[in-house]
Amino acid sequence: MALLEVKDLRTSFKTEDGIVKAVDGVSFTVEKGQTLGIVGESGSGKSVTCLTIMGLNAKRTTMSSGEALWKGKDLLRAKSSQLRTIRGDEMSMIFQDPMTSLNPVHTIGKQLVEAVQLHRDVTVRVAKARALELLKAVGIPKAEGRIDDYPHQFSGGMRQRVMIAMALINDPDLLIADEPTTALDVTTQAQILNLMKRLQEDFGSAIIMITHDLGVVAETADDVVVMYAAKVVEHAKVHDLFNRPQHPYTWGLMGSLPRLETDTERLVQIPGQPPSLLRPPSGCRFHPRCPYVMGVCRTTEPKLLATERDPSHLQACHLDQETKDREANKLIESTMAEVG
Amino acid sequence: MATEQGSNGQMELHGDELLVVDGVKKYFPITRGIIFQKAIAQVQAVDGVSFSINPGETLGIVGESGCGKSTLARCIVRLLDTTAGRIMFEGRDITNVSRVAMRPIRREMTMIFQDPYASLNPRKRVGFIIGEPLEVHKLGTPAEVKRRVQELLEVVGLNPEHYNRFPHEFSGGQRQRIGVARALAVNPKLIVCDEPVSALDVSVQAQILNLLKDLQDDFGLTYIFIAHDLNVVRHISDRVMVMYLGQVSEVADRDTLYREPKHPYTGALLSAVPIPNPERGRAREAIVLEGDVPSPVNPPSGCRFHPRCPRFVEGHCDVEEPELFPFGNGHVAKCFYPLERWPMSAEEMRRRGTARAQEEPVQA
Repeated sequence: MALLEVKDLRTSFKTEDGIVKAVDGVSFTVEKGQTLGIVGESGSGKSVTCLTIMGLNAKRTTMSSGEALWKGKDLLRAKSSQLRTIRGDEMSMIFQDPMTSLNPVHTIGKQLVEAVQLHRDVTVRVAKARALELLKAVGIPKAEGRIDDYPHQFSGGMRQRVMIAMALINDPDLLIADEPTTALDVTTQAQILNLMKRLQEDFGSAIIMITHDLGVVAETADDVVVMYAAKVVEHAKVHDLFNRPQHPYTWGLMGSLPRLETDTERLVQIPGQPPSLLRPPSGCRFHPRCPYVMGVCRTTEPKLLATERDPSHLQACHLDQETKDREANKLIESTMAEVG
Repeated sequence: MATEQGSNGQMELHGDELLVVDGVKKYFPITRGIIFQKAIAQVQAVDGVSFSINPGETLGIVGESGCGKSTLARCIVRLLDTTAGRIMFEGRDITNVSRVAMRPIRREMTMIFQDPYASLNPRKRVGFIIGEPLEVHKLGTPAEVKRRVQELLEVVGLNPEHYNRFPHEFSGGQRQRIGVARALAVNPKLIVCDEPVSALDVSVQAQILNLLKDLQDDFGLTYIFIAHDLNVVRHISDRVMVMYLGQVSEVADRDTLYREPKHPYTGALLSAVPIPNPERGRAREAIVLEGDVPSPVNPPSGCRFHPRCPRFVEGHCDVEEPELFPFGNGHVAKCFYPLERWPMSAEEMRRRGTARAQEEPVQA
């Protein structure tokens, strides 16, 4: 049994302007010890997917359907009390912004101890020892001296380490990292990604890595889900996705990246803006921005189907296989060309 | 393209540079006391930065947060007064000119800001926002201003009919286009772009980068392009300057800097960038720097990078401050033990050479 199995997840929010379908039929599974990357631009529904799984959306304005089976148990139908025992214990989350995700009026030691004591019946002393152990594991120098410091006394990278320590303190089976390095500088990002890789080896946790950075996904994920306008447009093993991308949106994303190792005079640009989810486009949601648009794209929504070659490579596009292979090869060639 | 820099870090100018920045320092005082404020320390945000830009060139400035790149940008356009040093624009010293005398110069250099949400007045219509610089500089009648604004909207790829809309009606990328149009309005020679794409999604980021390149070709603009994303800087720049803790670590033309970095910090930055290719990305070994950027209030002695540097030599790097050593063709790097080759593993980087230290006298 998969650790987490998400089936046809749908989440919509009631707003003053109408109903926003933020997640519209997303399915994936996460196996033990595996890393799933979710890529997409802002507003593509990648964070909301995870918030829904964790049961962290505001109840009054949110409607969710589908299933999110955690070790066989549906999280969407679980009671709040049940969710509370799972969250922070079996399943935990690292948020994007380390500046606002820690409570500024409590010491980090107190916040870490709280995370332990919510789930374990242990004394403060034991919990604090555990907190210290984790702070050392995430590489906070002189952790004994820092444990009673307040969040503002830490730098951004250090705060993100504290967040990771807090997420890992109860040995979770699944860690959801929502843009864990977006707010950080590249050298700090390298430190944090190394740390997460090492901790995954040590603790054997599965990770869902939400990011808009294809570089981070390429280096950390086993499986990748590409989301666009609340839907999954492509889902594949990381090597397949980068070597044989099948969806025009994925091509656009890859082509629009300026890269260190190749010279491109002009970036491929995806014209236009991501659509409003209040009134998503008909048919394929990418069609107003797609350079390969055909008549059928405007009227019929493509299904997420396996490619002929590979049953584990799912994509939602009406284009024929030949065109896709040709365009994908063209893209790979142009981006893999060596410097000079 | 680049100005040659002598071995003492002094620039040799040839007279037709658009902008020359010479030994600019910006210190912010930290004060204590409510009525009688006493400076107790200084944040050395920018500490002795020199460079020059030729017309039509793009200079990229990279560095981590807190390295002083935005402060430097604000000093250049005189939004901040410098503590020391000189800024010359078209051969004229503008370091201490008065606000009134500065006004005509402000037509020549404009700025694009990082945050497209915070840099546009939410209560003003787009037409007013873009037309305001024209009004300030009294360029044209209201009808002419309107025509010019609509032309600008078209140039940056927006619909001229959106003249009467408010900023909130636009997406992030479109707002950044408005920011670009505003910077272009007065036909400047130099545009200082302070992280213009870091708040944008990748697909939109590509649109803005392409737009900036097109505008440069069409109007012969000169850019100072500040970013922390090395990929973006590589894409847009002719020459790149790496900053660390208020100082210049390395300057070189784009290809040289990315292919043969000399400063260990540049090397560490380049190796830390994730590569969007699973095979190559996983084969890459990041040179992970320990610790964080130190405080600019009390910067490390000697070379400011020494507490994090894999090539740190005790008794040398922490005692003496390296100069910007020349490597030919305008390439300079502030390091006693420059990298011999690139790419390099973390292990190789620790095995430092001795080249620079022997050539140059160690004692001051």
